[in-house]
Amino acid sequence: MSEIDPITLSVLAGRMEQIADEMDATLFRAAFNPIIAEAHDASHGLYHAVSGDTLVQGKSGLPIFVGVMSFAVKAVIEKAAKDGDLEDGDIYIFNDAHIGGTHLSDMRLVRPYFRDGKLFCYLASVGHWHDVGGAVPGNYNPAATDVFQEAFNLPPVKLAKGGKINQDIIDILMRNTRLPQSAMGDLNGQLGALDLGIKRMDELLDEYGAETISAALEALGHRAEALMRSELEELPDGRWEAEDFLDNDGIVDEPLKIRIALEIKGDRMVLDFTGSSPQCAGPVNIALPTTVATAYVAIKHVFPALPANAGVMRPIDVIVPEGSLLAAKFPAPTGGYTETILRMIDVVFSAFAQAAPGRVVANAYGTINALSIAGKRKNGQPWVMFSFYGGGHGGSAETDGLNHGNAPISTATIPPMEILEAAYPVMFRTWALRPDSAGAGTHRGGLGAIYEIEVLEENGAEAFLFGERGRFAPKGIAGGGDAAMNVFSYEQDDGWHRPPLASKMRGIKLRPGQAVRLETPGGGGYGPASERTAGAVARDVARGLVSAGEADQTYGTAWREAKA
Amino acid sequence: MSSRMIGVDVGGTFTDVFVLDEASGTATVAKVPTTRPDQSGGFLDGIGREVDDLSEIAVVVHGTTAGTNALLERKGAKTGVICTQGLRDVLEMRRRDRPRTWGLRGDFEPVVERQNRLEVPERTLADGTVRTPVDLDAVRAAAKQLRDQGCEAVAVLFANSYANTANEDAAAAVLREVWHNEHVSASSEILPEIREFERFSTTALNAYLQPEVSGYLGRLENALKAGGFDGEFMIVQSNGGVMAVDTACRLPVRTALSGPAAGVIAAGYIAGSAGFDNIITGDMGGTSFDVSLIAEGRSMLSPQTSIDFGMVVRNPMIEITTIGAGGGSIAWVDKGGLLNIGPESAGSNPGPVAYGLGNTRPTVTDANVVLGRIDPDNPIGGKLDRLDVEAARRAIDEHVGAPLGLSTVEAAEAILKVANSRMAGAIRLVSIERGFDPKRFAFMPFGGGGALHAGAMLAEVGIARAIVPRYPGVTSAMGCVIADMRQDFVQTINSLVDTLDEAALGAFMQDHADQGMALLDAARTSFDARELSFELDMAYIGQTHTVSVPLAVAVEGGRVAAPSKAAIEAAFDAAYGETFGRLLEGGVRRILNLRSAVTGKRPKFDLAALAPVPGGATTPIGQRQVHFGDRWHDTAIYDRLALPEGTVVRGPAILTQPDTTVLIEPDLQGRVDRFGNTIIEPQSGERPLEEEAT
Repeated sequence: MSEIDPITLSVLAGRMEQIADEMDATLFRAAFNPIIAEAHDASHGLYHAVSGDTLVQGKSGLPIFVGVMSFAVKAVIEKAAKDGDLEDGDIYIFNDAHIGGTHLSDMRLVRPYFRDGKLFCYLASVGHWHDVGGAVPGNYNPAATDVFQEAFNLPPVKLAKGGKINQDIIDILMRNTRLPQSAMGDLNGQLGALDLGIKRMDELLDEYGAETISAALEALGHRAEALMRSELEELPDGRWEAEDFLDNDGIVDEPLKIRIALEIKGDRMVLDFTGSSPQCAGPVNIALPTTVATAYVAIKHVFPALPANAGVMRPIDVIVPEGSLLAAKFPAPTGGYTETILRMIDVVFSAFAQAAPGRVVANAYGTINALSIAGKRKNGQPWVMFSFYGGGHGGSAETDGLNHGNAPISTATIPPMEILEAAYPVMFRTWALRPDSAGAGTHRGGLGAIYEIEVLEENGAEAFLFGERGRFAPKGIAGGGDAAMNVFSYEQDDGWHRPPLASKMRGIKLRPGQAVRLETPGGGGYGPASERTAGAVARDVARGLVSAGEADQTYGTAWREAKA
Repeated sequence: MSSRMIGVDVGGTFTDVFVLDEASGTATVAKVPTTRPDQSGGFLDGIGREVDDLSEIAVVVHGTTAGTNALLERKGAKTGVICTQGLRDVLEMRRRDRPRTWGLRGDFEPVVERQNRLEVPERTLADGTVRTPVDLDAVRAAAKQLRDQGCEAVAVLFANSYANTANEDAAAAVLREVWHNEHVSASSEILPEIREFERFSTTALNAYLQPEVSGYLGRLENALKAGGFDGEFMIVQSNGGVMAVDTACRLPVRTALSGPAAGVIAAGYIAGSAGFDNIITGDMGGTSFDVSLIAEGRSMLSPQTSIDFGMVVRNPMIEITTIGAGGGSIAWVDKGGLLNIGPESAGSNPGPVAYGLGNTRPTVTDANVVLGRIDPDNPIGGKLDRLDVEAARRAIDEHVGAPLGLSTVEAAEAILKVANSRMAGAIRLVSIERGFDPKRFAFMPFGGGGALHAGAMLAEVGIARAIVPRYPGVTSAMGCVIADMRQDFVQTINSLVDTLDEAALGAFMQDHADQGMALLDAARTSFDARELSFELDMAYIGQTHTVSVPLAVAVEGGRVAAPSKAAIEAAFDAAYGETFGRLLEGGVRRILNLRSAVTGKRPKFDLAALAPVPGGATTPIGQRQVHFGDRWHDTAIYDRLALPEGTVVRGPAILTQPDTTVLIEPDLQGRVDRFGNTIIEPQSGERPLEEEAT
């Protein structure tokens, strides 16, 4: 392999990243479904021809996909090796989460890129489709005990062979979704993104030659590795442990442990999840690819300047115990994977906080809070309002945590209340910050939120919630306090109730005029509360973010003399 | 007879003045330092340089950054909010986003502090039904409390007020009786559009800006009048149109991107006159490179912009994409050995190392200085006597050359190569995101530094030619004189086409037309023509992204003929098909918003007023060594403004003028067109420009 000069490398790094960015932009523009078009629940990149490792990935896709996509490519490489029939113009498609990670809603397309008759690399596109069959529309089934109750399962198969699309596959796909128009629009968008990627790769290789590009890809991997190693070298050697819990799996009411031992030695690091709970009955299991990808997401939050390149992971070992809920086996359900990976990120942060507190922020609110309210209108038409709700971010060495942020694994925004009220027969009585929900600290956590939603429809409605952090609070770091826990309540004829499983419940019947109320967790605090300035406490009290009583108890009464 | 039109753009460093004398058909420009904190000093000084008697001026149009700066520096007025019970925190909760994807750091403070956001009993539902009438005693009590707490402006933010303004109207009426000044903003008056965060944010920012911006504009107007000015004073809006000064005082949030918008308007006009309808503009400043796209002569408008994290303004604005690659952007080598440019910037103060004002880390400008592309003895702007080339060389050696094992010159070339690559990337993405092939476009650099990088953009993006306007440093001031008068209106309709109340839609359209025409009538300026345009935001039911559906609407004697359902359906199918290629069979069509624009076309001046005088010198005024590629070249220096029409200068060459350096690289040539623009293109043919324009 020829050496590449550093300037050409800088230029090519930007050019290749842009190819992935352009693929992202192409799909966002063309996608039919708002989960891709608006929430950007999709991703694109370039992957190694032999190993499937991530070479370059787009910047605008969902954070969790940075890391998980290479597993999709690896699965295709294995399939092609087994069948022995890979050729230029092939496109593979699949959604199997046990092979490709995340959940079944994510449709993965993988396309080999050939140059002069030789395999050069792979391009891949993943997007969250609106519906892929299964027991419930939208595929978020809290009661699922296997993947067949979640969605249809497609292993890697050829959607196109030698440049010719196999219409049979499309026909099968479209017969297995409740929303074929949306699915077809998304599929076309993904195919378009891959076409664009191929065209851009051709242009790039025409301009620079295949050898230079190969050298650049190789060098970028080395550079990513070197960056990671130099970051690790700056941290002290040692071993730090942390653990945290999921409330339950939605089926059996027992807490599930996520445990980590973080070990740094010189320029290497081990993330060992030994001691985590075994595979469970409900859908909070995750497959091994998801676990490894989540480790990557957590690391990238700790070191935000790292590139999206597999070289980052070379100095890092991720140990995942066989038989645990972090290495679930087919056909275990994985639909609620978001809750488990959020807890994984929390324990990684808690462990890092002991090694180098300034490098991380305290735990964020730690639950996606998937709340669905559904019913039938007077004319018989069904309606489903489905959304995720926000909470507080953790405090950091520099500032208080962000109030009402999105989950660390996502960049999706929440729909405006008025859009929800215009589309569904509901009214938000409250859409506000939740006072006293932040973890105390020198820099306190961000505040969670209160959403109280009243049903207006004469026929009433049914509510479903898939949440977490009802029994285990988001943790503070470096001496900071824990945040308030998730509290869900619902109104019945005899008053307000709470679910037996804390933050998970199905089939809550609501009459018109009755409401559900979600009080989401804040973020954990950073540093001892005793070191928070009296002025900052007085300001929080003046603004009503912290009550006077809570302030007295947590921070002492010095704020009463201070100027807000 | 007053016949002069004046455009004034107040920037961070300079105040630019463009004076057009319509009677004589001549134009002049002036550049004076911006005065702080009160910008009116520089404003009047700049005009005074060119005009002795202010009574000779017919029109003064101002592109202002007063609003932008007040937002970015958080220097607006202490503002209070009166809102629906239960919704006190919408401004602070935003749309549940975060400042940066990775790292989870950073917090956010809205411009209105929580203790100044007060709730009152009231509620309107999404269908417009008033569920709880507004408690006006509570409004009075809240107003008193806010006033006692020192608020100077107040905003009324009620849920679903776009669907029924009754509660907000009642509250605003009471506030206008009891509030101690005229700074009262109501969300349904500012933006009657669904999406509470965007509407509340826009309204709150309007209130926040009102005291500051109306005070500033009032001072300017008074000073002009005191000098004998009796013409029309107008302000450029973010949408690229101008508005009367009293409208600007009422709707200051519409000035948020006033200055940059004027630049894009001028760029479009200059390019169109020269025969280029498709251009990508690149404005290179100290900290950023701003890219905007004009296709078929039309600038792209984006429906909303974030001025900063969580500070959303929803109003049509000229779409400008910014990347952190300006002249002051710092070059550095990361721990993995990769050369990076920005996002950290030395800005214009302390600025590049060569300025000698304290920065020691190399910038893009330092690379240009070291390679001889910028004349160290005649720095642009006249603030410094000369540039410190040696200091720039040392900085580049230490921070880039040594870590990468490159000579000084190689390191400087590397900095430019990476910076150019990033700028080219922005150009590609801006065009591709909108479905355009950048190769079909011409590149127009403006601002101080853009013309140094034009040749690189041709090579990197594959653009055929660049057009450098005759006065790239005063483009925004020129845009002020060119811009049309324009008002935008929006109204959320939220109805299926099947169940549309056509009469109600027609009434909204008529109201928008009447309001817009009244504003044109009130202006004391002449219009060549008046235009009304209407668009609907539409989608199939179930989709959240809408498409803009232009409506062909007949207007006779000021009466708007409302379109039929069938016409709306046909227009939607056409627009949807164009955007997505195919229609959704059996899809139910839905109308979300009506958007109307009323435009008064202002007389356009002939850019020939800027043409070079015949008989100018075509000989170089000097020569110096400039580095291109891998060696130094003897490079001729020309006085750009003296070059007569038709001159072809072959690269390598440098064209200088007081505020800009135009670089013509070795394989390129620059030719002077009949308006004095320089067209940069490959050294191929010698065809005259007139042919190329066709």
